[in-house]
Amino acid sequence: MKSHGTAAPGQVNRGNWLAALAKRLGLSGRGAVIAIPYIWLLLFFAVPFAFVLKISFSEALIARPPYAPLLQWGEEAYLTIQMNFGNFLFLLEDDLYWIAYLNSSKIALISTLFCLLLGYPMAYGMARARPSTRNLLLMLVILPFWTSFLLRVYAWIGILKNNGPINNLLIALGVIDEPLVMMQTDFAVYIGIVYSYLPFMILPLYANLERLDMTLLEAAADLGCRPFKAFLSITLPLSLPGIVAGSMLVFIPAVGEFIIPALLGGPDTLMIGRVLWDEFFANRDWPVASAVAIAVLILLVVPIMIFQRFQARESGAAS
Amino acid sequence: MNSQRSTFLVTCLAFGFAFLYLPILSLIVYSFNASKLVTVWAGFSTKWYGALLHNEQILQAAWLSVRIAVVNASFAVCLGTLAGFVLARMGRFRGRTLLSGMTTAPLVMPDVITGLSLLLLFVAMGDMIGWPQGRGVTTITIAHITFSMAYVAVIIQSRLSNMDESIEEAALDLGARPAKVFFVITLPIISPALISGWLLAFTMSLDDLVIASFVSGPGSSTLPMVIFSKVRLGVSPEINALATIIVLLVAVGIIASSIILNQVEKRRKRDMHMAMNANG
Amino acid sequence: MAKPGQATQPTEPWKDPQAEPYLRIENVTKKFGDFTAVSRVSLDIYKGEVFCLLGGSGCGKSTLLRMLAGFEALSEGRILIDGADMAGIPPFERPVNMMFQSYALFPHMNVEKNVGFGLRQDGLPTAEIQKRVADMLELVKLETFAKRKPHQLSGGQRQRVALARSLVKRPKLLLLDEPLGALDKKLREETQFELINIQEELGVTFVVVTHDQEEAMTLSSRIGVMEAGEIIQTGTPTQIYEYPNSRFVADFIGSVNLFDGRVIEDAADHLRVESAEAGCMLYIDHGVTTTADARVWVAVRPEKLEISREKPIQQENCAKAVVEEIAYLGGISIYHVTLESGKKLRITRPNRERDEAGRITWDDQIYVHWKASSALVLTT
Repeated sequence: MKSHGTAAPGQVNRGNWLAALAKRLGLSGRGAVIAIPYIWLLLFFAVPFAFVLKISFSEALIARPPYAPLLQWGEEAYLTIQMNFGNFLFLLEDDLYWIAYLNSSKIALISTLFCLLLGYPMAYGMARARPSTRNLLLMLVILPFWTSFLLRVYAWIGILKNNGPINNLLIALGVIDEPLVMMQTDFAVYIGIVYSYLPFMILPLYANLERLDMTLLEAAADLGCRPFKAFLSITLPLSLPGIVAGSMLVFIPAVGEFIIPALLGGPDTLMIGRVLWDEFFANRDWPVASAVAIAVLILLVVPIMIFQRFQARESGAAS
Repeated sequence: MNSQRSTFLVTCLAFGFAFLYLPILSLIVYSFNASKLVTVWAGFSTKWYGALLHNEQILQAAWLSVRIAVVNASFAVCLGTLAGFVLARMGRFRGRTLLSGMTTAPLVMPDVITGLSLLLLFVAMGDMIGWPQGRGVTTITIAHITFSMAYVAVIIQSRLSNMDESIEEAALDLGARPAKVFFVITLPIISPALISGWLLAFTMSLDDLVIASFVSGPGSSTLPMVIFSKVRLGVSPEINALATIIVLLVAVGIIASSIILNQVEKRRKRDMHMAMNANG
Repeated sequence: MAKPGQATQPTEPWKDPQAEPYLRIENVTKKFGDFTAVSRVSLDIYKGEVFCLLGGSGCGKSTLLRMLAGFEALSEGRILIDGADMAGIPPFERPVNMMFQSYALFPHMNVEKNVGFGLRQDGLPTAEIQKRVADMLELVKLETFAKRKPHQLSGGQRQRVALARSLVKRPKLLLLDEPLGALDKKLREETQFELINIQEELGVTFVVVTHDQEEAMTLSSRIGVMEAGEIIQTGTPTQIYEYPNSRFVADFIGSVNLFDGRVIEDAADHLRVESAEAGCMLYIDHGVTTTADARVWVAVRPEKLEISREKPIQQENCAKAVVEEIAYLGGISIYHVTLESGKKLRITRPNRERDEAGRITWDDQIYVHWKASSALVLTT
């Protein structure tokens, strides 16, 4: 750091005493800047997981808070750690959790696939459009993204109801006699997830495809490659980071999704996010809820790491 | 452009946008339905907007949510910008991977897990150090700031990575200290990213249901919580009216920002043009 | 640039009235809305030639090249390659390959895969592809880089990969868009010669687009000077340099000194021009078709002017001057002198003697003179 010496030696300049103090304390400006967000995130994001882990080993009590403490003074006056693996065993034994677990993964996976199948051509079409059209299309995708998630899911309640517009239309056209039961089914959950998360798939894909160097496709054509083959050999592989980023942005939250199964799903649409909520709010069983959370985290650790790698690459690559 | 391929793409785009917008349109249309049975049309009416404006519960919840969202967005921008700056500009340092992970994980972490974990933290903190005493607006705000700053950090980090560092270097070379460079040079240049980060944090906070449900206390019902309790039981025309208002606000906001950006861009091009012509 | 005693084809096919052009561009025009990028261009390019389209930015040369490759449709005219009309034929079906200015290497493929890409499109057997790729990499001296990806290569190496990729399919016609533009000076010189050697060895016809005169002069068998969508002059480097057909071309290639004047005497084997700028009578040793008293410009290249302290014997083609600026470039020196009329001239002389003493220096009064055969008369 250059000092341009506007203060004569001996003169105390306003900025100097702060710097001197910081030096005394062994702090540097750089360290402080790193520390502030770091500490916040450690305290309010990372440390909480430790608590979840701790509570998952605990027992449910009728108490406030409703769980037994981890450390207790035992009779011989030394600490005993009441580790209770019971919660995890409970999870493994009771079918409910297994089914919810697998079901959530399945639903999330299939929904991600549909988002990709619809979102990719949309993102591609947007990236290929004329610049003026492109901006308009981008705005059209961004609008649902900024509109309340909750309200957009709510919209489907009205649409899929027995006396909703779809059923009304189909009955009016004579295609069916009785209304199709679409609400409170797995089908509704799939639609809800694909609908709500579609913008999350489109935006990273669009960002990636828009950066694609068109001369690469020209070079491929010049070397004898037909357009569709050029898409498969050039565009698709180069858009892979976008595909992964978008897929993770859909899959990971979808696994733990609560609102959509709560509003659109039926009693037998078991998803792990809803199970966690019910354990916590309905059963007031904090330890089991924590155990469920840990189990979900274990499932998601690898996808989250994949997401982080591709996210870092994409944000660095954008130029 | 191969016209065959174009037709496929146009169809996909048309279908996709129809899919995205028909539900939103249905919300709007049904908000004007005179019948309480939302989907059975009984004539045009704006009575639900009136009912909405007199619904104390919703109005109070909305006001609370807005207040939380504003505080959250402001703090999130500060913290998130610091985090984004650190990740983009400060190269390698011990613990960088962890910071990077902590700023990207909240983007995808399921809400139920974040909500649960924060609640457990607040309970433990209340036991150990006596703060926070109860749960309510403060805890909700802290929770929101935590995940909002991650979004802001990602936006700012990306923006800074694409920015020409030589501008900052030139300022340093001319005698400005790093802090000054940041406030006087960097921030103005990335201000659009700051604004969009603020708006994003605001929107995410306003829309959060799950986390708020976990960490809120008695008397602090946010707007999403109120909406959720209503719609669990089925459709509610007042909610449609609310939804329409929100959609319109967002639409106006997006169009306005687009126009403003366009004007700024036009003016910039015009200035550049004038400069070039002035040189002959 | 073919050396005497080289291969079988004649060195100047464009002079042979029997020769069939390999690439024929007939009256080609390209309009983008109201803007005409290329205007009624006609060229005949022969097998084995290295033909350079030379011009500044916006002159239409890149558009013309893209039309040859098939990336732009023609507004008017025809393009024939080996006798076949290319109308409606997409790029992947033309017997033409292009080397892009930005190289356009596929970032997700290594060097081997990049170079073999075109061969894979043709469905050749793997063994043959491998062999041809290996041979080509040897030719461009990149054998040890086969497994590297583009971002692991230097600019010069990437350029050679791009060249290899475009040549491996043995196209009859190769289009090169500013092939040496991204290289630094030393690398550029080396690559120029390598490029020509490869071209001669493979017998490929090159069409090169460039704004760099030196590149055009070194590489080409013939140059086409383009400006505002039109071809101004076509010819060998010598023809373009020593016999430009207009002031534009004379000024565009290298530098030139122009004297504005009027024709006084016009005969079959000589010309006299009166010029106030020169301050002396100008005598040129060849005749020009023009009217008496017509306004003409007499062009003399900087290296054709001689300077001396002593007054020379000749009366014509001689003027007094003062030395204003000297740029010493080691091998040569560039002198900027001002005549009595105020006209400024640019003169380049080789520094034959190592000894500085006696050399002409700043503010010296000197005489500028040149031979009658050194000047050229331009009417446009």
